[in-house]
Amino acid sequence: MKILVCISHVPDTTSKINFTDNNTRFDANGVQFIIGPYDDYALARAVELKETSGATVTVLNVGPADTEPTLRKALAIGADDAVRINAEPTDSFFVARQIAEHAKAVGYDLILMGRESIDYNGGAVHGIVGELLGIPSVSPVMKLDIEGNKAKLAREIEGGKEYLEVNLPFVAGCQEPIAEWKIPNMRGIMSARTKPLKVVEPVSVDSGIKLKQFELPPPKGAVKMIPADNVQELVSLLKNEAKVL
Amino acid sequence: MKILVFVECADGNVKKNSLEAVAFAHTMGGPVTALALGSAAQVELEALGKYGATKVLHAADARLNQGIIQAYASVIAKAFQDEGSDVLVLADSSLGTPVAARVAARVDASLASNVVELPNMSAGFVVKRSIYTGKAFARVELTKPKKVIGIKKNAAEVKEVGSNCPVTPYPVTLADADFATAITSSEKATGEVLLPEANIVVSGGRGMKGPEHWGMLEELAKTLHAATGCSKPVSDMGWRPHHEHVGQTGVKVAPQLYIAVGISGAIQHLAGVNSSKCIVVINKDPEAPFFKAADYGIVGDAFDILPKLNDAIKAAR
Ligand SMILES: Cc1cc2nc3c(=O)[nH]c(=O)nc-3n(C[C@H](O)[C@H](O)[C@H](O)COP(=O)(O)OP(=O)(O)OC[C@H]3O[C@@H](n4cnc5c(N)ncnc54)[C@H](O)[C@@H]3O)c2cc1C
Ligand SMILES: Nc1ncnc2c1ncn2[C@@H]1O[C@H](COP(=O)(O)O)[C@@H](O)[C@H]1O
Repeated sequence: MKILVCISHVPDTTSKINFTDNNTRFDANGVQFIIGPYDDYALARAVELKETSGATVTVLNVGPADTEPTLRKALAIGADDAVRINAEPTDSFFVARQIAEHAKAVGYDLILMGRESIDYNGGAVHGIVGELLGIPSVSPVMKLDIEGNKAKLAREIEGGKEYLEVNLPFVAGCQEPIAEWKIPNMRGIMSARTKPLKVVEPVSVDSGIKLKQFELPPPKGAVKMIPADNVQELVSLLKNEAKVL
Repeated sequence: MKILVFVECADGNVKKNSLEAVAFAHTMGGPVTALALGSAAQVELEALGKYGATKVLHAADARLNQGIIQAYASVIAKAFQDEGSDVLVLADSSLGTPVAARVAARVDASLASNVVELPNMSAGFVVKRSIYTGKAFARVELTKPKKVIGIKKNAAEVKEVGSNCPVTPYPVTLADADFATAITSSEKATGEVLLPEANIVVSGGRGMKGPEHWGMLEELAKTLHAATGCSKPVSDMGWRPHHEHVGQTGVKVAPQLYIAVGISGAIQHLAGVNSSKCIVVINKDPEAPFFKAADYGIVGDAFDILPKLNDAIKAAR
C-alpha cells in the first residue's frame, strides 16, 4: 500500500502573528515552524499503518526551500521519502492542484492530510484533491482502519460522530484521536538525513484567488474585574453593558 | 448576480447557521435560491423566504438524508449550473466546508471559506477571511466568474425581510460513485444546543478537577440555553466528549458570550474562542493568562462561584 501524507509548514501554535511590507507579507521573524498539528496526526497514523501492514509513506509539502527541515522532521518520524513542490503555497486550490498532479503521476492507495492547515484554515485541500482525482474525500476523520481494500472510518460531526466505509483509494482530512503524535527518536533523526527528498517544479495554476491585504484584529480592551462576592454585578454588566444576556 | 445557498438540515430542521447563509446572500443582493437536501420540514423550508430566499429547491431523495460529501457536492454543483448561479454561499461546518471544496473544483469557481463579513464588490469581489486560526484576517479577491464562499458564524444577522416562499421539488439523478462512502451508523447528542451554533458557551478546564463536577457547569448552561465546551486536556482525559473540545485543534466557536471556568487561557485555547463577542473568565489564579483576553473576570473558586452565578442569572431573568 502506498500512502501519501501532505503536510503544511506552519507557525508554531504559540506564535504571535505579524505582517510586513504594508501588511502584504507574513513576518517570519522569530517564528518557529512546525508540521501542521492535524497533518501531524495524519502522519502518525500513516506511520502506524506502515508498521502494522508494511505500507510505504511519502510526505509531500508545497513550499519554498525553507520548508525542508519540516519535511526532514516528517522523515525522522517515519516517512520513507519526501517530495517538495517548489512553490509558495498561496491558497487551497493552488496547493491542491500541485498535490493532485503529483498523485496522478504516482498513484497512491491512500492520501492523508490534516482536516485543515492552521495558517490558511481552508479545510479544503483534501476535498479539492478528491474531486480532481475523482476519488472520495472524507473529513474530519478521527479513526481510520484498513482491511484489505476497504477502510473503516469515523468522522466527527457537530455534536457527535459518524461511522463510514469506503474503498481505497480515497483522501482523508485527519484529526485527533486518529493516532498519537510521534516524536522522532535519535535513530529516526539520523536516518532522515539520508532518506530521499525530491524537489519537483510546480504546474502553473490560475487559482482564482488574489491576496489584497492582511489585517490583525483590533486590540482587546482592558478586562473588567468583578469581586467574587458580587456575581450580581457580573450579571447586570452582561445584561446592560455587554448586552449578551 | 444570482446566488445559490446550500441549506443544511439536521433531523429535518434547517440549521441556524444556514439561516445566516441565507441572510448573508440576501444582503449581498440579487435573487437568492435556497437548496435543501434530504428530508426537511416543509414549514421550515417555506420560512426561508422570510430570511431572504426568493426560491426554495428541495431535493428530497431519501438517499440524501445522510450527509455524504460527494453526493451533496454532486447535487449542489448540478443546481449551481441549472440555476445559472454566479455565487454559492454556505455555512462552514463539518459537512459544509468539505462539500464547498468539491463543488468549487467541479464548477471551476474561486473558493473562500471562513468568510467573516459581506464581500466588498465595489472593486472586484473581495472577501475578508479569518486566518491563523482567528489570530488574523486576509482580504482576498475572488477573480473567477464563479465563486463559492463558506461563511463563519456571525457573518450575517438573521432578520425577517420577506414572507414565506413556495418550495419547488428538485429532482436529482445520483450515480453510484456519489455513494462510494457509506455511512454505516452514527452517534449524536440530541436535544442539546450544538457547540458550533450556540449563542452562549459555558466551558470548563482542568480547574474543574473532574468529570463529576460538570453538573454545575451543565446547570449554568441549562439556565442560559448554552452549549458546554471544554479545554483539550479535559477531553484528552475523557472527562468530556471530544466534540466539546474548543481551541486551535478543536472546535472554533464564535458565540455572543463565552464563559470560561477553570481554564488557564493557553494561546491554543484562545485561538478557538477569539471570535466571541464577550468573554467571561472565572479562575482562582489572578495571573491566569485568560484574563488578558477577557471582557469580564472574577478571581475565585469555581465551585463557589458557579452556583451563585446560576442563581443570580435565574433571578435576573
Ligand atoms: C499543538 C497544541 C495544540 C493545542 N490545542 C489546544 C486546543 O485546541 N484547546 C485547548 O484547550 N488546549 C490546546 N492545547 C493545550 C494548551 O496548551 C493547554 O495545555 C490547555 O489549554 C490547558 O488546559 P486548561 O486550561 O484546562 O488546564 P490548565 O492549564 O491546567 O489550567 C487550569 C486552570 O484552572 C484554574 N483553577 C484550578 N482550580 C480552580 C478552581 N477551583 N476554581 C477556578 N479556577 C481553578 C487554574 O488556576 C488554572 O488556570 C494545545 C497544545 C498544543 C501543544
Ligand atoms: N502547502 C502545503 N503542502 C502540502 N500539504 C498542504 C499544504 N497546505 C495544506 N496542506 C494539506 O491540506 C490540509 C488542509 O489544508 P487547508 O485546506 O489549507 O486547510 C492540511 O491539513 C495539509 O494536510
